[in-house]
Amino acid sequence: MGSESRGILQDSGRTRRRLTMTTETQAIDKSGHDHDHGHSPYLQHHFDTMEQQFNSGKLGMWLFLATEILLFGGLFVAYAIYRALHPEIFEYGHHFLDPVMGGTNTAVLILSSFTMAAAVRYAQEGKKTMLVACLVLTLGGACGFLVIKYFEYSHKMVHGVFPGKFYAPDDHILEEELMGAHGHGHEEGDGHHEEGHGHAAGDHEEAAHEEPAAAPMVVSQTPPAAEGEFVIEKSQIAEAGGGPEGLVGIVQQEPKMPKRPEKAHVFFGIYYLMTGLHGLHVVIGMCAIGWVLLKAMKGVFGPEYFTPVDLVGLYWHLVDLIWIFLFPLLYLID
Amino acid sequence: MNEGNTHNNEHHGVGHIVDWKVLIGVLTALLVLTYLTVKVTEFDLGPLNIVIALGIATVKATLVCLFFMHLYYDQPFNSLVLVSSVLFVLVFILFSLIDLSAYQPDIIQDYISSMRDPAYPLDEPQ
Amino acid sequence: MATTTDIYPGRPYTEVEGNYLTHEKGILSWLTTVDHKRIGVMYLMCISTAFLFGGLFAMVIRWELFAPGATVPGLNADRYNQIFTLHGAIMVFLVIIPGIPAALGNFVLPMMLGAKDVAFPRLNLMSWYLWVVGALFAVISMVTSAADTGWTFYTPYSTTTQTAVIPMVVGAFILGFSSIFTGLNFIVTIHKMRPEGLTWFKLPLFLWSIYATAIIQVIATPVLGITLLLLIAERVMGVGIFDSTYGGDPVLFQHFFWFYSHPAVYIMILPAMGVISEMIPVFSRKHIFGYTAIAYSSVAIAMFSFIVWGHHMFTSMSPLSNMIFSAVTFSVSIPSAVKVFNWTATLYKGSIRLATPMCYALAFLFLFTIGGLTGLHLATLGTDIHLHDTYFVVAHFHYVMVGSTMIAFLGGLHYWWPKIFGKMYSETYGRLGCLTTFIGFNVTFLPQFVLGTRGMPRRYYDYLPEFQTLHAVSSIGAFIMGAGLFITLFCLLHSLKWGKPAADNPWGSAALEWQSTSPPHYHNFTKEPTVGDPYDYQDFKWDPKAEGYYKTAEGQGAA
Ligand code: HEM
Ligand SMILES: [Cu+2]
Repeated sequence: MGSESRGILQDSGRTRRRLTMTTETQAIDKSGHDHDHGHSPYLQHHFDTMEQQFNSGKLGMWLFLATEILLFGGLFVAYAIYRALHPEIFEYGHHFLDPVMGGTNTAVLILSSFTMAAAVRYAQEGKKTMLVACLVLTLGGACGFLVIKYFEYSHKMVHGVFPGKFYAPDDHILEEELMGAHGHGHEEGDGHHEEGHGHAAGDHEEAAHEEPAAAPMVVSQTPPAAEGEFVIEKSQIAEAGGGPEGLVGIVQQEPKMPKRPEKAHVFFGIYYLMTGLHGLHVVIGMCAIGWVLLKAMKGVFGPEYFTPVDLVGLYWHLVDLIWIFLFPLLYLID
Repeated sequence: MNEGNTHNNEHHGVGHIVDWKVLIGVLTALLVLTYLTVKVTEFDLGPLNIVIALGIATVKATLVCLFFMHLYYDQPFNSLVLVSSVLFVLVFILFSLIDLSAYQPDIIQDYISSMRDPAYPLDEPQ
Repeated sequence: MATTTDIYPGRPYTEVEGNYLTHEKGILSWLTTVDHKRIGVMYLMCISTAFLFGGLFAMVIRWELFAPGATVPGLNADRYNQIFTLHGAIMVFLVIIPGIPAALGNFVLPMMLGAKDVAFPRLNLMSWYLWVVGALFAVISMVTSAADTGWTFYTPYSTTTQTAVIPMVVGAFILGFSSIFTGLNFIVTIHKMRPEGLTWFKLPLFLWSIYATAIIQVIATPVLGITLLLLIAERVMGVGIFDSTYGGDPVLFQHFFWFYSHPAVYIMILPAMGVISEMIPVFSRKHIFGYTAIAYSSVAIAMFSFIVWGHHMFTSMSPLSNMIFSAVTFSVSIPSAVKVFNWTATLYKGSIRLATPMCYALAFLFLFTIGGLTGLHLATLGTDIHLHDTYFVVAHFHYVMVGSTMIAFLGGLHYWWPKIFGKMYSETYGRLGCLTTFIGFNVTFLPQFVLGTRGMPRRYYDYLPEFQTLHAVSSIGAFIMGAGLFITLFCLLHSLKWGKPAADNPWGSAALEWQSTSPPHYHNFTKEPTVGDPYDYQDFKWDPKAEGYYKTAEGQGAA
């Protein structure tokens, strides 16, 4: 460590108590402010000045945000590793996420971040009405985010797209996600047969409608084949992906129906964990904003004391920051 | 540092008041960049796509940190805390990736299916 | 309670109002306190209780291993697995990690800064409550079907075993947050609560080490949090990140776990090093040698500790990563060695006083050196393939965790005891306890190095007859050590009631906390302390009547 970093450690911009050998205990204000910090009712007894208290709170919050970054960091590591080693599951999985919804949510969060920053400004200026309005708007943004998230989740879950071992998608969703915009073409299917399996692709489709496909790790289910014999299959989508004879042929190439990779469920595991933990943070953030809102309505904030607004603001911006990375990483692939 | 900034404003509290112009400018930039990052996925640039996506995200994040989160006006130590936490995440990613990718070829990739379904021999292409 | 009204320089604290222990009464006044000193004392009591339980489990382990085959009646192999898991998890997460920072650090840190409290007193209390809740979860796991994974929770076993892994993991998760908040609080306190004139390089080295520890607590512990959350997710939903049955990679879990847990071993040792850096100069009456080197090496250790985690996985990683991690591991031992050399140089030509804390400090020097050096054997790729998961590793980490951290904790406890409770304990029993523990410890763990090199694997219920002698010796040592710890416990508890009142500065330290009364006022200082070099003992005079030191007038003028 050189003198440079020592400079950083010195925190020159702060007022400190001077310890002397006399019994003089009065705080010595060196910051050159002409007003007295020491008499604010919000100054806790163990601090000497409001500025010291404010800076301590800020550093504390930043350290806490650092822990949050490392907490999410673990998930980003899991993401990076599976993205690097199994890119196919991301290519496959992202088709199930709606970039419009994700993008809307990004905008919503950015806007709420802005209203939060504005709230801090109003708190500093002591403008109570505007502060309250901004906090309410921020809360509204948070709610909006969660509502959209709810629709995204439920849309996946009704189709069996659950994380991990509960992942048992039915084929509707794949069609809907991929064919929705292009109309579907399986009626024109030419009935190619999957090698070694004794039923037509058309039958196969029907079977899929009746019964969700097996999750890759569950011992394969046996769809009722036309001939009444049990055929062991690994998973229908995987089979469909088995080349031109599979579903790809049926839907006539355009758009290409991707095959389901073996570890597809890992993508959804990561997706649910990342967005779920993020969603949890949104909820915690909402509680914190609600608490600050109550205080703001009592009118306790002003130029001398707005630390809670500022710190909750920092937290809320972090929630936004995480989403700024989650959005392209999960929704915008290829 | 902090002191200087508090004095630039004629405000009598602690901390720095960020200009409206700055706040609104950042907001606009963030929204534009979000639009951009969505649009750019329409072009297939190969591996560049993720680089661009992450680049844009980093720019957005930096803007939020500097202005919404006041780091630009704050004591530099707070920025150090942020930067080092990100750095440690990168170290974590880097080293585990070095290791996991090195032994990846030794792993039987179709392990699950081969374990679960004897009807699927290992060598059959999926 | 003996009170003195005479005024003489090093006088013991006379009973006036404002003693932090007694100025408020009743259990509720303790449970709702935000006073860092009281929180420190509460941590001390809780951690000692956990230590007692962890120790009892250890005794069961050693009894079982006294002879091959089933030894303890009613203890089968499965139960044995649960017992050593409980022992490890309790000792690591409940005792050693919070030990020095939360109990001693909480008490001493603000006083060393001449501050009234830590930066966030309520957060401090919350850390303590989180500790309690985490401990309760450990108890829940214990009374249901205790986890049997080992304290490392390795997958895939931890995702498949039927025992109560989740409560234990939730407990560790909560304890992690307790640790994070303590660290966060300390960093802010050291940054923002220093009085003018107390610059970074006038801080006692204990604060440097606590600061370095706090960095690790803040940066590394969240990774433990997410690791444990992922483990729970894996158990509940099979997300397929760690569990190979679902397409995950168990080695990835090891990366996650050790990314936290190697830095965590430095959470354990750094504060211990800080305690030693306080005690050695005081009892040598000599300025610490190489202040800046010790201070920087603490921070260097903290930084390095993040890039060596792979040395726990030499048998599961690729050759390339093995080489990288082995090389980095060697380099991290350099700052540790720097400290040992500095302490030794401080002792050189000092006038050493073998008070109980100093006995612990010397024991530390001896044991830490062995522990650290055997770490190098393990960091060598070729030898580690042979030694990994044997008793050699067990002996190594007990030398550093018990031989160093616990010994330093006990030393620090004896050192600050007069300040915390205002009572002097019996030096005879104090030293006897130290000596017995020291002997017992070595008898327990030295044979384990030999066992390990001969191939005795760790975490086994049974063993080949050829290992019996050494195992039996080790078990006997464990009981000696237990006896030593009970002597210490007796000695300290005895002093609470019958001990002589302590002088304000019984050891003659120049650090700020000794300028308060013993025990301190609830606002810490009744008169503002004077800042000076924390290791300059020149102006201190011994007052035989008070059995304490006082600072002469010239000294005050110089400061
Ligand atoms: C001085 C430098 C040190 C070096 C070079 C070192 C090296 C190592 C190595 C290579 C291992 C892995 C052995 C194996 O599993 O095969 C190990 C294990 C361990 N070390 Fe150290 N170590 C050092 C200091 C410490 C300290 C200070 C502590 C704690 C206070 C510590 C605690 C541990 C623990 C707990 C384990 C084993 C954990 C487990 O597998 O359960 N070590 N050490
Ligand atoms: Cu290690």
